[in-house]
This record gives sequence, C-alpha cells and structure tokens, in this order.
Amino acid sequence: MKSVIAEHLTKSYDKGSVMALDDLSLDVAEGTVLSVLGPNGAGKTTTVRILATLLKPDSGNAQVAGIDVIKHPDKVREVIGLSGQYAAVDETLTGWDNLVMFGRLYHLGRQQSINRANELLERFSLTESARRPIKTYSGGMRRRLDLAASLIVQPKVLFLDEPTTGLDPRGRMEMWGVIEELVKGGVTLLLTTQYLEEADQLADEIAVIDHGKVIARGTSDALKSQVGGERLEITVDANHIAATTQIVEKISGHSAHVDSAIRKISAPVSTGAQALMDVLRALDAAGIHALDVGLKRPSLDDVFMALTGHVAEEEPKP
Amino acid sequence: MKNAIMDSLIITKRQLMQLARVPEVLIFSTIQPVMFVLLFRFVFGGSISTGQPGGYIQLLMPGIFVQTVAFTLAATASGLAEDMKKGLIDRFRSLPIARSALVVGRTLGDSLLNILVLVVMAAAGLAVGWRPTSSILNILAAFLFLLMFGYALSWTGIFAGLAVKDARTVQNVSFLITFPMTFLSNAFAPTTGMPKALQYVAEWNPVSTMVAACRQLFGLKNQFGATANSFPSQHPLATSIFYMLLIMVIFVPLSVRKYKNSSN
Ligand SMILES: Nc1ncnc2c1ncn2[C@@H]1O[C@H](COP(=O)(O)OP(=O)(O)O)[C@@H](O)[C@H]1O
Ligand SMILES: [Mg+2]
Repeated sequence: MKSVIAEHLTKSYDKGSVMALDDLSLDVAEGTVLSVLGPNGAGKTTTVRILATLLKPDSGNAQVAGIDVIKHPDKVREVIGLSGQYAAVDETLTGWDNLVMFGRLYHLGRQQSINRANELLERFSLTESARRPIKTYSGGMRRRLDLAASLIVQPKVLFLDEPTTGLDPRGRMEMWGVIEELVKGGVTLLLTTQYLEEADQLADEIAVIDHGKVIARGTSDALKSQVGGERLEITVDANHIAATTQIVEKISGHSAHVDSAIRKISAPVSTGAQALMDVLRALDAAGIHALDVGLKRPSLDDVFMALTGHVAEEEPKP
Repeated sequence: MKNAIMDSLIITKRQLMQLARVPEVLIFSTIQPVMFVLLFRFVFGGSISTGQPGGYIQLLMPGIFVQTVAFTLAATASGLAEDMKKGLIDRFRSLPIARSALVVGRTLGDSLLNILVLVVMAAAGLAVGWRPTSSILNILAAFLFLLMFGYALSWTGIFAGLAVKDARTVQNVSFLITFPMTFLSNAFAPTTGMPKALQYVAEWNPVSTMVAACRQLFGLKNQFGATANSFPSQHPLATSIFYMLLIMVIFVPLSVRKYKNSSN
C-alpha cells in the first residue's frame, strides 16, 4: 500500500521562468520513511506544500492516504500532519496555549485539547517550558513544539520539511531521537533534508532531487552501491605491502590501489564483511600483521557528487 | 457552518490571548487616542470657534472616534503580515478548518479591540466635557455605526496584510493612507478653510461622512464642515452605509481569494 503518491508534478513560478518542479514523481509505502534529499532550491518545499494541499501543481496529480490532493484537499487535511520549514507557532503565546489552540482547531473538546497538549509537551520534553512564551524557546524547542502541533490528532501521514535546518548539533540529535520514536510508532513519514547523514539515519528510502526532478531513488545502501560499492582498506608495515597486495587482489578480483606513503592498500569488494574476513585469515596464515583494516562505504556526499556533479549546498542562514 | 463559526472564535480568542500576553499593545492603542483627545481639546479647542453649545470637544469626539477606528486597520494588516511571514498561515491552511476562519476570526477580534478603545476614549471625552445630547438609543447607534465602519475597514487591512506580507512595511503604508484620509476631512476642523478642490475631496471622504453621521447621532445640529448642499453632507448616514457596503463588497472577496491563493 502506498500512502503517498505523486505523479508527474510540475510547478513553475514567476510566469514559467522558474521551474520549481519538473515532472516529479515519488511514492511512500505505508508505515515507511521517505527522505527527499536535495540542495537548497531543489524543490523540496514545493513538493511538500503540494502534498499538504497548500499549493496546487500546474500539472500532475497526487494522493495522500488514498485521497486525491487536488480534488479533496479538505479530506486530506484531516489525515495529515505538517511541520513546515520554519517553526509555525504563535510566538507570543506559550507552548501550552499553542497546543490547546491547535487541539481546538482540530475540533477536539476543551478538556481533550488540554489533555492532548499536556501529553505532547511531556513526550517532547517541553513540560517545564510549557507556560513560557515561544519567544523564549531555543530553536530546537521551537521545532519540537511545531512537530507536536502537527501530531495533535494522530496523522496517517506526516510531512516534515527540513526538521533540523538551523539547529545546532545538539538540537539536531534531539530532533532525530524524537523522529525515530515517531517512526517506531508506525507513522508514514515524508521528510525533506539537505543533510545527507540525516537521510541516511532516518529514512528507509531516499529520493534524491535536484532542479525539481528525482534523479535517483532507493535505499541508502542501494544509492551507495550505485556510486560504487564498498572498498576494503588495509594498512600494513612497509615490508609486507607486496604480499598483502597479492592477497587483496586475489580475494577482490580487482586490481588494488596502493598508497605507499601511508602504506595503505585498497580494492573494491562486493561481498563486504565476508571479503574482510577472508583477507584477514589469509594474512594471518601468511604471518602478516595488519595495522589497520576497514570497509569504507561511500558517503551520501559521494552519492550526490556522482549523481549531480555538484555538492549539496548549505542553506544560507535566514 | 457551526464549525466555521467556532473556528473563527478560536482565532479571535487567540488574538485576545496575544493582547493579554503583550499588554503594551493594548496600552499604546488606547493611550494614543486618549492623548489625541486631550491634545486637540486643550491645544486647538480654544482657537477653533464652532458656534456650538458645549464647544469644540462636542465636534472633536466624533472625529477622533472615527480616526481611531480607521487607524486600527494598520494593526490588522501588520498582524496578518506577521502570521504570513512566520509561516503560521501555512499551518492554519493545513488544518481541517474553514478557510475563512482565520480572516473572519481576526476581523472579529479587531472589533472587540475597537469596543474597548472606544469605551476608554468615551470615558476620557466625558472627563473633559464631552456631552452628547441625543437619546441613549441614538448614542448606542453611533457606537454601533463606528464598529461597523471599523469592521468594514479591517477587511482592507486583511487584504493589505496578505498582499504586502511584511509587517513593518504594511503598517507604514496603512498610516500613509489613513493619516491623510483622517485629516483631509471634517474631523478636526471645518473644511471651509481648505482650497476649493480639497473641499470636494474632503466632502466625499468616507471619514467625513462617518464623522458627520456620528455628530448627527450624538445630537449636534450643524454639519460642521459641510461646504455645500452636496449629497454626502446632506445624507451622511446613507452615504456612510453605502461606503461600508462598497468596502465589504470589494475587499471581502478580494481578501478571501488572496488568502486561498496566498502561496500559489
Ligand atoms: N513563491 C515563489 N516564487 C518564486 N519562486 C519560488 C517560490 N517558491 C519557490 N520558488 C523557487 O522554486 C524553486 C524550488 O523552491 P523550493 O521548493 O522552496 O526549494 P527547496 O525547498 O528545495 O529549497 C527555487 O528555485 C525557488 O527559488
Ligand atoms: Mg525548502
């Protein structure tokens, strides 16, 4: 079952001069996490806003939880939660006030809204600051409150647009923890990010987008192997380099790269840990002591570079 | 429908809570008109002859009431622009609530704020000699009329806020329009002193017709500032009602459309 389906979405701004989405298609299976990964201006926010009924595409169609986004936006709004790129809560009000208000707007009763607000504040470690105006919150607290507001009624599908952009490393780790908890609870999540490690950490599947198009998709592992699989790297004493190179090449089946300066031998392997074990055993039998061994997996940075020919840019500070 | 009303009221409540959290806003929005009452009463009051029993203050109060109500549209506009910028509008638009709730709720909140400000100003007026001579019903009608005017105007504020999207800019723009409008009128001085061309503008200015209508309802006899036997000076109530309807007919649909498309 697909919880989110987007087909051939296009959207242009400024009378067609800016092509924000250019025939973008993606889907998210129920209960899984898709990360839409792309640099600033790739079209992430535009995609989320279309799926969350805030924006109409120029063409193409989309369904969320089986409901057509364009034909029945009101019904879609009942089953989604959205946390936009910038925390969208009322700064002058307290965290508690905000959540109770949003509860009321979801048509929960007064007492029910209060209970839900307390519950969510507790869950996101905001109980202590519940009675303070949001103005006084840190960036991370704001984002958590914003996320809480999108969870007032258990949404079937949750959209998070760059949930950690602008947070310091600690805020980011906290947010990841919160999101991982949510995912365990079984929500279907579409999350956008510019951070490669974030997609790697949180997502079941990644759709890499650039200039309004999906340019690659798959699991983090699949994307990495698309760029080239793992490499075995091994460091030995200088007098063992030749023998080690032979062993590595035999097991890898490819020619090895030797960096004599740092006495490191590396070669692509397709069997991962198994190859690593084989090499270690062979070295042991030959009486060679390895100083350092490891499997190096390509980072998502490498993936992005290989796919787009440019690195993912950082968002300028707003 | 019931939900749409409830949703609007929740938004109104939000605005009242904001006022409670930031009382400065409330204090300044009442101090300013009270200050105007006192300044005009004591600085100009002595030098403007009115031929009116009770003196200048009788003519001044309706003028300041209208001006104050007109000025609140700047707050409407900047409040909404702020919500837009903060992305709050996106959140509201992603909720399963009536699309009109956010804007309708805010116009209601503005009306409540206007009630409060008018009460404080009336008290200040009474303290410095304002004495409406008409029946209590007429006096209430005048205030109702002022609230209706404020309500109609807050729709222009809504539209401006959605269109401009920057709180400070839209606030300045609003004042650039409302300030000359309230002074190019009969609110503070007779229009007869103005150049002929401006007199016509002033006469047809909705602020003038509102002021004239209120003066009538408060029991004043002469239409201070009416220069000719023009239609608006003869029929200020009817003209004002026409203006209010005109404003609503234009700005309600415009605002609602702007809100719906606020990001397309
Ligand atoms: N309201 C708008 N008006 C004009 N151009 C826009 C608007 N919103 C987005 N864009 C443009 O569309 C492209 C995609 O934007 P966006 O979806 O916000 O990207 P991302 O969220 O990935 O940074 C960018 O080139 C951006 O400048
Ligand atoms: Mg974005």
